[in-house]
Amino acid sequence: MLKSIYNWIDERLDITPLWRDVADHEVPEHVNPAHHFSAFVYCFGGLTFFVTVIQILSGMFLTMYYVPDIMNAHASVNYLQNEVAFGNIVRGMHHFGASLVIVMMFLHTLRVFFTGSYKAPREMNWVIGMLIFMVMLGLGFTGYLLPWDDKAYFATKVGIQIAASVPLIGDQIKELLQGGDIVGAQTISRFFAIHVFFLPGALLGLLGAHFFMIRKQGISGPL
Amino acid sequence: MSNEPKKQKKEVTRRQFLAYTLGGTGGFLAASMIVPMVRFAVDPLLQDKGESEFVKVIALDKLSDEPVSVPFKMLQKDGWVEEEVDLTAWITKNASGQVQALSPICKHLGCTVNWNTEKKYPNQYFCPCHGAHYEKNGKNLAIATAPLDEYEVKIQDNYVYLGKLGPNTKVTT
Ligand code: HEM
Ligand code: FES
Repeated sequence: MLKSIYNWIDERLDITPLWRDVADHEVPEHVNPAHHFSAFVYCFGGLTFFVTVIQILSGMFLTMYYVPDIMNAHASVNYLQNEVAFGNIVRGMHHFGASLVIVMMFLHTLRVFFTGSYKAPREMNWVIGMLIFMVMLGLGFTGYLLPWDDKAYFATKVGIQIAASVPLIGDQIKELLQGGDIVGAQTISRFFAIHVFFLPGALLGLLGAHFFMIRKQGISGPL
Repeated sequence: MSNEPKKQKKEVTRRQFLAYTLGGTGGFLAASMIVPMVRFAVDPLLQDKGESEFVKVIALDKLSDEPVSVPFKMLQKDGWVEEEVDLTAWITKNASGQVQALSPICKHLGCTVNWNTEKKYPNQYFCPCHGAHYEKNGKNLAIATAPLDEYEVKIQDNYVYLGKLGPNTKVTT
């Protein structure tokens, strides 16, 4: 059944070469944990991506109930967590996943560092990786404000204060982040926009570039 | 049974075995992610609708056979927002003292009906949007496909209390 649907489409669009090109490539022995168990360190990149997929999916579902507004944000999070079926699980995925993605990214970066994979010809992918790192930190920072509880509010005040200590343009950065004079209605609304539209968009673009380069250059050789 | 010769079984190839086990495990893992999220999303369909309480709306002796439009407030729970909403009901008391409270929301497409406002249909509810009209007990005469909805009525200490909105019980079709 599935096979004949696939064949029907393939006859018309010749899609086999497309996915073959993406999916069909050899996994060298030195990165395959089945050959050398210590090669599990090569899994961290994939695991980072896996957790990112969970973040994007669980985040999309959270926005079905969440509202970015000072009067309702906390009430809506409270509602989705306590009154909606599996709310604690879906929010839990997003909440703990946000930490896990940083951990995985850090381990992946360590692997790349200690295998020297950042060297020529892969320097640009190291740079892309650093940009992904910054986008992830941005997602963590902007997401943290959204539940609009004490922890969220004061963590954001502190974070913005740190940004404000930049010489010369600190005050401008602060006002731009806050969207006003205080951490308030305008802050939560712009943090929400940054958290769910701008940074995920940037993240997907960067991940695309990251994976394209890996595919083009292959995985780096054994030590 | 046991001493019968073994039937020639169709061999499961290594490739098939791997496809089934890896596919099964992968599917299970994916499902454990997706199922909670989908259940979370469809929760509004499955949530308890809950009982609404009765609210006091008007004294019994102010009612007659002629429908009166009675405004009242009812607490409405909408997710994390709880607020009083303004509602109205057309309330009548017939000769035998039976009280009926009709919703003014037209059963055609949801405009608001009025009592006795159209010359062509005296002593009827009339909807200005597409001309649906109803008898005093809510029976639909044209356009609309169902009689006007009705509030649950409770009488206590000579006051009328209204509860949940439901389908009309006085009209027999
Ligand atoms: C398209 C992707 C994403 C969407 C649509 C999204 C959406 C949301 C929403 C609606 C909330 C508020 C609900 C709540 O706090 O429980 C939230 C919170 C949060 N998000 Fe995201 N998010 C996305 C990706 C990410 C990523 C990649 C990260 C991590 C690096 C992240 C980190 C956070 C954090 C730390 C919180 C606060 C969670 C809490 O305290 O429970 N988000 N996100
Ligand atoms: S909505 Fe009342 S007649 Fe159409």
